[in-house]
This record gives sequence, structure tokens and C-alpha cells, in this order.
Amino acid sequence: MEALKQLGQYALLLYQALRSVTEFSTYRENLFNEFVKIGYQSIPIIMLVGVFTGAVLTLQTAYQLDTDLYPAYIVGSIVSQSVIIELAAVISGLVLAGKVGARISTELGTMRVSEQIDALESMGFNSVAFLVLPRIFAGILMFPVLYIIASTLGIIGGVVAGAADGILPAAEFMKGGRSFFFPEDVVFGILKSFVFGFVITSISCFKGYFAFGGAEGVGNATTQATVLSCIYILLADFVLAAILL
Amino acid sequence: MIEIKNLTKSFGKNLIWEDVSFKIEDGETLAVIGKSGCGKSVLLKHLNALLYPDSGEVIIDGHCVFDLNYSELRLMRQRFGILFQGGALFDSINTFENIAFPLRYFTKDTEDEIKKKVNEALEMVNLEEAGSKATSELSGGMRKRVGLARAIILKPDYLLYDEPTSGLDPQTSEEINELIVSMADSFDLTSIVITHDMHSVLSIAEKVAFLDSQKLSWFGSIDEMKKSEHPPLVDFTTASEYKIKA
Repeated sequence: MEALKQLGQYALLLYQALRSVTEFSTYRENLFNEFVKIGYQSIPIIMLVGVFTGAVLTLQTAYQLDTDLYPAYIVGSIVSQSVIIELAAVISGLVLAGKVGARISTELGTMRVSEQIDALESMGFNSVAFLVLPRIFAGILMFPVLYIIASTLGIIGGVVAGAADGILPAAEFMKGGRSFFFPEDVVFGILKSFVFGFVITSISCFKGYFAFGGAEGVGNATTQATVLSCIYILLADFVLAAILL
Repeated sequence: MIEIKNLTKSFGKNLIWEDVSFKIEDGETLAVIGKSGCGKSVLLKHLNALLYPDSGEVIIDGHCVFDLNYSELRLMRQRFGILFQGGALFDSINTFENIAFPLRYFTKDTEDEIKKKVNEALEMVNLEEAGSKATSELSGGMRKRVGLARAIILKPDYLLYDEPTSGLDPQTSEEINELIVSMADSFDLTSIVITHDMHSVLSIAEKVAFLDSQKLSWFGSIDEMKKSEHPPLVDFTTASEYKIKA
């Protein structure tokens, strides 16, 4: 029953956000702030995630395929495709659920329990347009950009790790990558990151916006936002793979 | 005029109060008193539909606020100013910007006009020098005064105060009480003050609503309150160090 109530509240919040899309002047400034916070300020951690994902995957794949049955460049194919189709989007999503999701739910939760959201509403402000909409928009628009950075850095990390470890020359890696490169895989990855951006920001906004119970309540909201975001990323990943691959 | 008719509110199975009815005439200052947890702040949040009741009406100028659509409600809310218990200042911006916030979004004032209005508001609450301070640098009393400056910046018709003197020393409480009276006089405001500070009630209010035992237990003027022998009200008022009967 409680889950149904929460689902209803979540749907209503999204409906209200959707209805507020035309109030651009209300959320314009916050939208640009969120582009910076969600997008620009996440680039360092995403670069790190991308590079190490590609590098470790290359070393492990090379270790597992250490046989004469396969040509060496196949390692480049596996790593590139895995990064583009799955790992860049999912691992970035899980990391950003912690970084972006926790920040959003804590910010909104604190504003809720300190009556700042009530203050906005009592001035005649549309608090959903002001606080929720720009965060969801920025998430949807910035996550694909972060995905592209993570994918690119993942492949570069793989190339460098393969070459540095003497497993696979860079040219061989790239040959493998090009042999099994399909543009639709990139489209699939972008679509995933778009969905993950929506999942993380909307769940975190929902949990923060309806937080209650002081500092402990904000802590609970943040924990729930992060855990639920991770769960729904994994679920969405499976559903998208089942439908689109 | 604000008319509250048969208002009933519960959270889940927990009844807060039921069948609350009273009127506040234009220009009056009403104090809503009662024990902690009796639902005074909840009542306040019904006046501009920040909360919705289980049943009943809040009628302002002939319209029930709960029947308004969201656009109408937002316009109606702009007629209210609220001083929240902790000030509810936006902590991402400084004091000046907190007060300027409603002007930037709801008026076409130029930067010079905004600056002039904010400085006037700061002067009114005796915080001329605090404009550049971060909200985290403000004391409890200063936060309330900044909250008050923000609440009056759009010149509302109604000013709602949620525990304006709670957590403040007697001297600062007295300053806030003086501000409440001066705001009501300067802007011809209708004020509703949630409090359990009887000294504050006696300083600022013309009428009193007493919430007790999940209902409006007593309603009347200050003079009537002083003479009242309604036992729960007498118990409540005489529990204060300012034994008003004495």
C-alpha cells in the first residue's frame, strides 16, 4: 500500500514537472547551474571511471583469452563493444547515482525540512518548476555527454593498458575495435544513459522533495534515493537490453 | 477577511483538530495559542493552502482557497507573507538576495529599484549592515528579521508568523514583538501569529484563538481572554510566568 502511495506521489510530481515545462523563466537559471553541477563537475570522476574500466577490462580479457585459438585483436573488439554497449553507461550511472543523486536528494531534502520549499510555495512560486524540472532536464541532457566521455576514455584506457602491459599493440586493439564497431551500439549506449539520467534525477528529486523528519529524514531520503537509483538503473539496463538488442 | 469554516485535519489516523471555525477581520492581529504539538503551525499552513484539510473551508474575499486551481492559488499566495519558525532563508544566497528574491521573480523592478526596496526593508528590521552576510552568519533573531523583511517585500495583505519569538532571548523577543506591531500599523496588515509566548500575545494581539483537545477551545478578544474563566485557557495562560490574571 505504501509502495503504491509512493508511486502515485512520484507520478504526480513528474506530471507537475511536465506541466511546468513552459515556465522557462522560472527554471532557466537553475538549469544552467545544474548543467555545471551534473555535467561539468562530474567530468573528472567519469574520466577516471572510463579509463580504469577500459584498462582493467583489457587486462582481464587478455588474461582470459590467452590462447592461440583467437587472434589478439579480438581483445580490442570485446573491450570496445563492452565499453560502448554496457560498461560506460552502467558504471557511470552507478557512480553518478552516488555523486549526483545523493547531492540532489540532500539539497532538496534539506530545503524541505528547513521549510525553504514551503517558503517558495508560499511566495506563489512553482517549486517543482524551480527545483525539480531543471535537475531532471540537466540529468537527461548531461548523462549522454558523460557517457560519450566515459566510452571514449574507456577505449583509450584499454589501448594504453594493452600497449603498456605488452599484451596488445595499439594498432591491433584499434583493428579489433573497428572490426566490430556498429554505430547503433553507440545509439543504444546514448539511449541508456538518457534513461539513467532520468531515473537518477527523478528518483532523487522525488525522495528529496518529499523528505521529512529533520536530519535523520534527509539521511534516509538520500540513502533511499541512492539505493533505488542503483536498483532501477540495473532494471532499466536489463529491460532495454531485452527490448533493443 | 479570512473566514475558517469547519476545518478538520488529520495525518493518517492521527486527528489534529476538527470543526475549527473563526473569522479574522481585515487589519486585525490574531494570536493562535495552544500547547506544543496541538497543530497551530498546521492550521497556519492551511490559510494559504500549503496544506489541505480533510474537510472544511478557508474563505478569503469570498473564495475558498482549496477550490482554486494552481495558477489562481499562486496569485492568492502572493497576497500572503509568511515568517517561518526558523526563517526558511535560502542558504545558497546571501541576505540581500534572499530579500530581493520575490522582487526579481514577481516584479519588473530595475536593479536600482530592487536595491532601494531591499535596503528599506533591511532598515525597517534594523539590519542595515547585514545585506552582504551569508545566511549561515546570521543569529536566530537576525534570521527571523531577515525572514520578516522578505515576507513584507511584496507588500502583502496578510502576514503569517510561525512562532516568531521561539528560541530568542527576552530582549530580542521584545524587538520582534515591536516589529510585528509596527509592520501591522505601517502596512495596514491582517496578521496571524502562532505562538505560545503569552507575553508576545499580550503585546501584539487583538484577538486570540486557543487550540486545545483537538478543537478550537476558545476564541475572543484580549480583554475577554483576561476575564475568561474557561478552565483549559486559564490553565494555559497562568502556566506562563506572566500570570495575566494577576
